[in-house]
Amino acid sequence: MDFDLPKEVALVKRTVRDFAEKRIAPLVPEMEATQKFPVSLIKEMGELGILGLITPPEYGGSGLGYLARMVAVEEVSRISAAVGVSLQVHHMGVATLVDFASEEQKQKYLPPLSRGEYLGTCAITEPTGGSDLLGMCSSAVSRCDGYLINGRKCFITNSHLCKAPIFVAKTGEGPKGISAFVVDADTEGFAYGREEHKMGLWGANTGELIFNNCRVPKENLIGDEGDGMKVALKIISEVGRAGMAATALGILQASFEEAVKFAKERTLYGKPISNLQAIQWNIADISAQLDSSRMLCYRAAWLKDAGRDCSIETTMAKTYVTESALQCSKKALEIHGGCGTMMEYNIQRFFRDAMVCISAGGTSEIGKLVISRAALS
Amino acid sequence: MAQKKSKLHELEIIVCIKPVPDPRKWDKLKLDPETMLLNRSQVPPVINALDLNAIEQAMQIKETNGGKVTVVTMAPPDAADQLQEALALGCDQAYLLSDIAFAGADTLATARCLAAAIKKIGRIDLVFCGAYSLDGSTSQVGPQVAELLEIPDLTHVVKLQIEGEGVKAECKTESADVIFESQFPALITFDREVNQPRLPGMVGIRRAKDISVVKWNAADLGINTDQVGLKGSPTQMLNVFTPTIGRKGEILQGSALELTSQLLSKLRTEKLLQ
Repeated sequence: MDFDLPKEVALVKRTVRDFAEKRIAPLVPEMEATQKFPVSLIKEMGELGILGLITPPEYGGSGLGYLARMVAVEEVSRISAAVGVSLQVHHMGVATLVDFASEEQKQKYLPPLSRGEYLGTCAITEPTGGSDLLGMCSSAVSRCDGYLINGRKCFITNSHLCKAPIFVAKTGEGPKGISAFVVDADTEGFAYGREEHKMGLWGANTGELIFNNCRVPKENLIGDEGDGMKVALKIISEVGRAGMAATALGILQASFEEAVKFAKERTLYGKPISNLQAIQWNIADISAQLDSSRMLCYRAAWLKDAGRDCSIETTMAKTYVTESALQCSKKALEIHGGCGTMMEYNIQRFFRDAMVCISAGGTSEIGKLVISRAALS
Repeated sequence: MAQKKSKLHELEIIVCIKPVPDPRKWDKLKLDPETMLLNRSQVPPVINALDLNAIEQAMQIKETNGGKVTVVTMAPPDAADQLQEALALGCDQAYLLSDIAFAGADTLATARCLAAAIKKIGRIDLVFCGAYSLDGSTSQVGPQVAELLEIPDLTHVVKLQIEGEGVKAECKTESADVIFESQFPALITFDREVNQPRLPGMVGIRRAKDISVVKWNAADLGINTDQVGLKGSPTQMLNVFTPTIGRKGEILQGSALELTSQLLSKLRTEKLLQ
């Protein structure tokens, strides 16, 4: 067995770490203060090529694959999980087009997404919920020249930063009654709704997309009518959950680094607190959970690149790593004592960010449902 | 930024790079007390920082004028990773000079290898190097390669322009910045100020994956093994130690006149004043 990353992926990891430390870290204070995404960063990410990691070269990407995407989201999230989650949801939009779109749709939408003209998104969740796809209310009624869309999507990452959102709506009843579409933002009847405020991931744009008698042409249907459930499940389970796992992995890595740094620097009773067993045990727990999380994440991405079924492994990674990020950022925060609750220290941000990762892409309970079904089958 | 030149042929540029221990992890570097060599196993190698400036300058010239950029290193086999990074940055081909006979080389023995490889590669217009390496800091390899190739060298360059059949370079010296001109071929070593190196893009990383690094050993270079590695190194290391820097402070007492007199006396005693 070879546990080393492939050489080109190791280079991606080093490069994105460098980029995140130099170009993203200085933006974090402003993102925390304003809760706004730094729009200029989109173009920079496009120039670096991390928006096109899973986009084939013929559409302006590098096609380096899902393991490269995993380490890129991890490294970005180590510095800013808000940018990390934006990047990973962008990839969800891209993956939908790469896997299911027509050649014309790929030609039209993938190159600008790779260049960073705007961020991608994949809008599924509605006020009625996200995991219960059949419970959605948005409708797409067939008209002679296309579809008439009505409905509202919420909790959509990159909602206001995306000029061509991908979404699903009901074209009938039952599992085959859902279809996927892409809509150009300047289409009549489409509007960006309110921006939503989260307890963490400040600076990641989250909000509503509103369809009010929005006429979408037939050529904007992704795949065939009735493919929406298949599209949504594949993209959520194989791309979205892997992306949330990568985001949480970055938070976990950052929490580990902050915990170790603080424990070695902070002295009590004349010695660094890293000399205290109570601190050492917590550091050991964080270290082991970080390592196991990374193994789960990389394996899931490796399976995806190999073209093998990875939905269970990805769900396992998402569920375990987001929970680990929450537990470990809490431990790291507690190692900081009272300082950990101060806004001047990054660890409080990691803890808040980790909490938001729990429900994104399906709650831990949904994750456990998927994992246990596979285990018991 | 290199200026547009009016030249008939496209430039052939060779960049010499050196893998050095990652400066961000130097706290993990340990000196083996017996061999007096650095134990590098805990610190991954990276491209020497100033060599990245040299690559960046080559890329800017290539983007403005066209041409081909070749990267060369003399290093252990795992330096193929640094060459892959150079290819990802936009270099067109890469050569790894690696042989057990090259081990323990000083600057001259290293320069002999590099010069032999450059001669074998063929026609060159420019050879670029970093002004010095972060681990050795001798600044010798670049000029030694130039001597062996019998071409002019301009060192510590902070600004470079291509002009006709040559270059105009601003070189940093201790007393002044001096402007030199040279015809092709020439060897240039760069200081950090010359540019801001780019990061390898993802498309570049993908492209580099498909380019094979050419590996040459002593036999490939046709070089006498007595001239390379430890055997070919006139420099013999006797000892390696951490210098101790002692500091002392003394507070003088008295009136301004007395203090001045005392201070002058002490400075003369320490031979800091005549």
